Amino acid sequence: MRVEGRGRIDRSQPVRFSFDGKTVTGFKGDTVASALLARDIRLMGRSFKYHRPRGVLTAGSEEPNALIQVGQGHAMIPNVRATVQEIHDGLTVTSQNRMGPLDRDLMAVNDLLWPFLGAGFYYKTFMWPRAFWEGLYEPIIRRAAGLGRMTRGASPEANERAFAHCDVLVIGAGPAGLMAARTAAEAGADVIVIDENTEIGGRLLSDSEEIGGKPGDVWAGEMREKLAAMDNVRIMTRTTVTGVYDDLNFGALERVGQHLPHEPDLPRECFWRIRAKTAVLAAGALERPIAFPMNDRPGIMLASAVRSYLNRYGVAPGRNLTLFATNDDAHRTAAEMQAAGLRVAAVIDSRTGVEKQGDYRLIEGGQVIGTKGRHGLREITVRHGGRTEDIITDCLAMSGGWNPSVHLTCHLGARPVWDAEAKAFLPAPNAVPGMIPAGACNGAMSTSACLTQGKEAATEALKALGLKTARITVPKASDEAGSGSTLWYVEGKGRAWLDFANDVTTKDIRLAAQEGFISVEHMKRYTTQGMAPDQGKSSNIAALALLADATGRGIPETGTTTYRPPFIPTSIGAMAAGAEAKGFAPERFTTSDRAMRSWGAPMITAGLWYRPSYLPKRGETHWRQSCDREVRMVREAVGVVDVSTLGKIDIQGPDAAAFLDFVYCNMFSTLKPGRVRYGLMLREDGHVMDDGTTARLGENHYVMTTTTAAAGQVMTHLEFVHQCLRPDLDVAFISATEQWAQFSVAGPKARDLINSVLDQPVDNESFPFMACGEVMIHGVKGRLFRISFSGEHAYEIAIPSRYGEALFRDLVARAETLGGGAYGMEALNVLRLEKGFITHSEIHGRVTADDVGMGRMVSAKKDCIGKTASLRPGLSGEHREQLVGLKPKEPENALLAGAHLFREGDAATRVNDQGYITSVAWSPTFETHIGLGFLLNGRARMGETVRMVDHLRDKTTLCEVCDPVFFDPEGGRARG
Amino acid sequence: MASLIARTPFEGLLPLSYGTVEATEVVLRSVTSVAPFSGQADAVSKALEKAVGCRLPPVGTFVEANRARVVWSGLDQWFVMSEDTVTIPGAALTDQGDAWAAVEIAGTDARDVLARLVPLDLRLSVFEVGHAARTMLAHMSCLLMRTAEDRYVALVFRSMAASAAHDIERAMRMVSARADL
Repeated sequence: MRVEGRGRIDRSQPVRFSFDGKTVTGFKGDTVASALLARDIRLMGRSFKYHRPRGVLTAGSEEPNALIQVGQGHAMIPNVRATVQEIHDGLTVTSQNRMGPLDRDLMAVNDLLWPFLGAGFYYKTFMWPRAFWEGLYEPIIRRAAGLGRMTRGASPEANERAFAHCDVLVIGAGPAGLMAARTAAEAGADVIVIDENTEIGGRLLSDSEEIGGKPGDVWAGEMREKLAAMDNVRIMTRTTVTGVYDDLNFGALERVGQHLPHEPDLPRECFWRIRAKTAVLAAGALERPIAFPMNDRPGIMLASAVRSYLNRYGVAPGRNLTLFATNDDAHRTAAEMQAAGLRVAAVIDSRTGVEKQGDYRLIEGGQVIGTKGRHGLREITVRHGGRTEDIITDCLAMSGGWNPSVHLTCHLGARPVWDAEAKAFLPAPNAVPGMIPAGACNGAMSTSACLTQGKEAATEALKALGLKTARITVPKASDEAGSGSTLWYVEGKGRAWLDFANDVTTKDIRLAAQEGFISVEHMKRYTTQGMAPDQGKSSNIAALALLADATGRGIPETGTTTYRPPFIPTSIGAMAAGAEAKGFAPERFTTSDRAMRSWGAPMITAGLWYRPSYLPKRGETHWRQSCDREVRMVREAVGVVDVSTLGKIDIQGPDAAAFLDFVYCNMFSTLKPGRVRYGLMLREDGHVMDDGTTARLGENHYVMTTTTAAAGQVMTHLEFVHQCLRPDLDVAFISATEQWAQFSVAGPKARDLINSVLDQPVDNESFPFMACGEVMIHGVKGRLFRISFSGEHAYEIAIPSRYGEALFRDLVARAETLGGGAYGMEALNVLRLEKGFITHSEIHGRVTADDVGMGRMVSAKKDCIGKTASLRPGLSGEHREQLVGLKPKEPENALLAGAHLFREGDAATRVNDQGYITSVAWSPTFETHIGLGFLLNGRARMGETVRMVDHLRDKTTLCEVCDPVFFDPEGGRARG
Repeated sequence: MASLIARTPFEGLLPLSYGTVEATEVVLRSVTSVAPFSGQADAVSKALEKAVGCRLPPVGTFVEANRARVVWSGLDQWFVMSEDTVTIPGAALTDQGDAWAAVEIAGTDARDVLARLVPLDLRLSVFEVGHAARTMLAHMSCLLMRTAEDRYVALVFRSMAASAAHDIERAMRMVSARADL
C-alpha cells in the first residue's frame, strides 16, 4: 500500500499499465514491482522448478524472483526484473513460467513432488533409454521448467551501440562514487559517472542518512546539480557496467527507451564500450538473505528492499512487519517503518545483547523456522529461548549482512579475498590494474568511511593521471557501521531456499557435497545454483558457506566460483546493435549496379560485392537460356562485363620491379613497359595464393590485378612483405580498386566496339595481345589492357569511377548495335572454363603451381616467396592430383562440382579416391557438359575414362580425361 | 564526340538531416596519394608547398592552404585534395579522387553521431581540430578528419557509399530521438 509523504515518485502523474491483462495504476517513477506492491499484489511469478508462488526479494537489478515478460509480439522480452522495469502508459507485463492463471498454476503440482526433484534429478532419472533424451525427455523438461518464453521473430525495436572515453570512470553513484566523481571532476579530469538507477544517490535515496547535516538524498541532489553543471562530467543513469576487459575497457548497458512508450527511432537499449584511463569502482554491496525454512513466500524480502520501497516509492510492502536480522544495520528497517506510522510485530535477532533502535518488540537469540501463507506470507514461526511462537505478519524483512559487490574486480581473473573480520569477500589488491575500489564494495560499511574512500580513490586516480587534487573536504556523516554476525542458514523442517531463481535449497547443496561434488565449481553445475539470469548474486556466498560447512572446510578454502561478464542479463540484440540486416556487413556496389538491376539482372554476392548473375532477355524463363545466349554472343559478336571488383594495386618506385620479382613466382623485371603479363603468387608454404595480370605502365610503375576474392589478402601480403621481409626495397603501393571502373570487352567485334569509344582508335599493330597503355575515352583519360579471360579477342577498358556508369551504358548500347550486349557471371564462368582458366575454385589453398600445370612458371633465375617451400619433395610430381579437363561420355550427363573421381572399375570408396571436380558448366560452344578437376597424375592420363561419383547427390557419370583448355588451344583468337 | 556524365558517390543518398546534425556529400575533385620514395620526404614536402601551398603534415593531422588540403593517410602516405592533379618528383603519385566517398557530418550533436560509428576518442582535447585518423566507420575502413569543433569529414570506399549512408542515417536518427527525450 502507498504511504503518504514518502517516496520519490511523481504522484501528480498517474501511469496505467497491464499486468496479466488487468489494468494497474501506479505513478511516474514506479517500477513494476513497486506499483504492484502499492496495489497489494505480492504474487508476481512462479519459480523455475517447483512453480512456487513468488514475489519480490529485492528492489534492484539483482532480483532473482520477480521475473516478468514485457511487451507484446516479437517485441516481447522475457526474464525482465520487475524491480528494474519502470512503468509507462501502455506497458504490457505478463507473469511467466505458469500454465493457466498465475494464482492457479497447473504446474504447481511440481511443488508436491519436491522430495523427488532434488539436485541431479534429471541426470539420475532420465538415464535410459539413451535415445529418449533428445526426442522426449528434454523437450518435456524444457517446457515444464525454464523461465520466460522466447519469441521467434526479430524484435521490431532497435538498439544501438556507442563508444565513450574518459579520464576517470566512476562506477556507482552512491556516497563513495559521488565523492570520487566530485574529487576527480574538480581536478579537471573528464569524468563519466555511471549508475544503474534512474537517479544518482545509491542507498542515500533509500535510507535515512545525514551527510553534512542534510538528509542524504538532499546532499545527493546537490551533488548531481554540481556535477551536471560541469562540462567535464557526464552522468549516465539507467546504465550498468556489465564487464571489465583488458586495458580498462568496459562494457555498459543503458536503458534508453525501455522505460518509455515505443518511439520509432528511439533505441530500446544502448550497449556502450567505454575506454577509461582510470576507474573508481563504487558498486556498493548487496544484502544477504537468510536460508530459513520456507523463506520463499511472497512478502519475504530483504530488509534494505523494504526501506527502498518505503523511501523511494512510498510503498509499504506490508501492514504488519516482522524483521529477521543478524546485524544492527537491519534494525533501521523496523525503525523507519515505525516512523512512517506502520506496525512492526516483532524484530527477531539471531544474536543476544542487541540494542533496540526503536519502540518494537525485540526477540533476541531467535530464528525464524517456518512460514505460512499460500500466495503470500501470513504467519511465521519463531524459535527462541527453547520454545516456538507463531507471529502473524504479512511482510518479513530479512538481513544476513552484506556482500560487497566485488564482481567487476574479478572479470580479469582475480579472486576475491575472504576477510575474517568483515566476514565478507573483499576485492583482491590491484585486481584490475587502474580500477580502484572504494566504499561498500571495498568493505567500507559506514557512510563516513564510504565518503572518505571515495575521495581517496579519486586522489589515487588523479595521481596516476598526473593531475593535482583540488581541496575538497569530506562532509560529516555517520561513522556507525554497526556490528553483526553471520547466519547463512537455519536448520528446521521444510526447504530453505538459497537460489530462488533456480529453486536451489540447502538440501541440494548438502546432497551435492554428499555425492562428491565438493569443489564449488562442481557444486554449482550439479545443483545449478548461481546459473539463473541473476547469476547467483544473492545466493553464491551463502551456498559456498554451506558447502564449506558440509565439507568441513573454511570459507576461504572453499573459495568462490568464477565471476564472469555480463554483470546483469544483457540482450544479444544490444551487443550486436546495428549489425543486423543491412548493417551486418558493408555492401559494395559497382558503378554499373544501377544499370544491371534496371535490366532485371539477379545480383549475386562475391565477397561484399554485388555482381550480375545473368541478364535475362524477354522470353527467357531459365538462367541457362540467358547464360547460353550470352556465351554465344561473346563467341560470335561482343560482350561487355564489369570487372571493377578485381583488386587493382598501384605499385611504384625504383625497386618496383625487384619487389614484383620477389612476390610473384615468375619474372616481372623483364616485362617491357606497355605490356601485361600473367603472374602467379605463392604463399610462404609454396602453395598458390593468387593469380592475375600485372601491367607495366612505366619503367617504375606497375598495376597489379588480383582476383576479387583475394584483393584484401594480397594487399595485406604485400604490406607484410614490404614492411617485414624487404624493407630495403624502395617501393610504394596503394589500392586503386575503387578508383577505376573497369569493363571487359570480349569477342570478335571487341576492337570495333573499343574503337567506337576511343578518341584514337587502336589496331593489332599498335595494340597487340597483352599490350597496355593510356587512352582517351570520350575525352576522359583512361587505360586500356588487351587481356582475355575468355579466349576471345578482348580488352579491359578502365575509366575513373565517376564516369563508370556512363561508359558502361554507352558500351552496352554500342555493343547491342553490333549484335552483342552485357553478360553476367554465369557466362563469364562458362567462357573461362571453356578456355581452361583457373579461379579460386581451383587455386583453393591446397594446390601448388605444379598441380595447376604452372610448375615451370616458378623462375629458376631468382628467389621468390614460396619458392624454397615449393621445391620440397611431395609438392610436385606424379603422386599429386593435377589439373585436368573432364568431359562426360554422354554430353547431356551433368558433371557436378565437389564430386569425386574413381577408376572405372574401382568401388567408389575413400581408399580408391583419385581426385575431385572443382568447376563445371554446360558449354554451348561444344554442346557438352565440361569440367575442371584434379586427378592423381592427371596430366599423364589424357583420354582415360574415369567415373565421377557424387555421394551427396547420388549421381554417377563416366567421363573422359582431357586437356583443361577446351577452346582454341593455340590461342589464335585472342591474338587476332 | 559523346560526353560522359560524371556521378558523385553519394548521389541520391545524401544530404541527410536529423536534429542538429547534417550529413552532406563533399564532392572530391582531385585526390592524389603521395608516397615519397626513400630519403625524398623533405624534397617532396618542399615541392608540394610550391605546388599547392602546404607541406606534408605530421602523422595523424592535415593542413590546408588556399588551393588544397593535405592529409596524412597512412604509413608514409598522404592525400592531396585539390582542384587538379599534382605532379611533383620524388614520390609515388596515384589518382584517388574517384576511389573515395566523402561525407561531412556537422552540427552540435555530430560527435554523438560519430560516437555510434567510430571507436576513437573524439574528445576535443584528444582528437583536435586539424587531426586525422585512419579508423573504422561502422564496419568500413575510413579516413576521418576534424575540420571544426563540431564538423568532421569522413572518407570511405566509393563502393560502400550506400552502406555508409545507411549506417550514418541510423546513428543520426537515434541521436536525434534521444535529444527529444
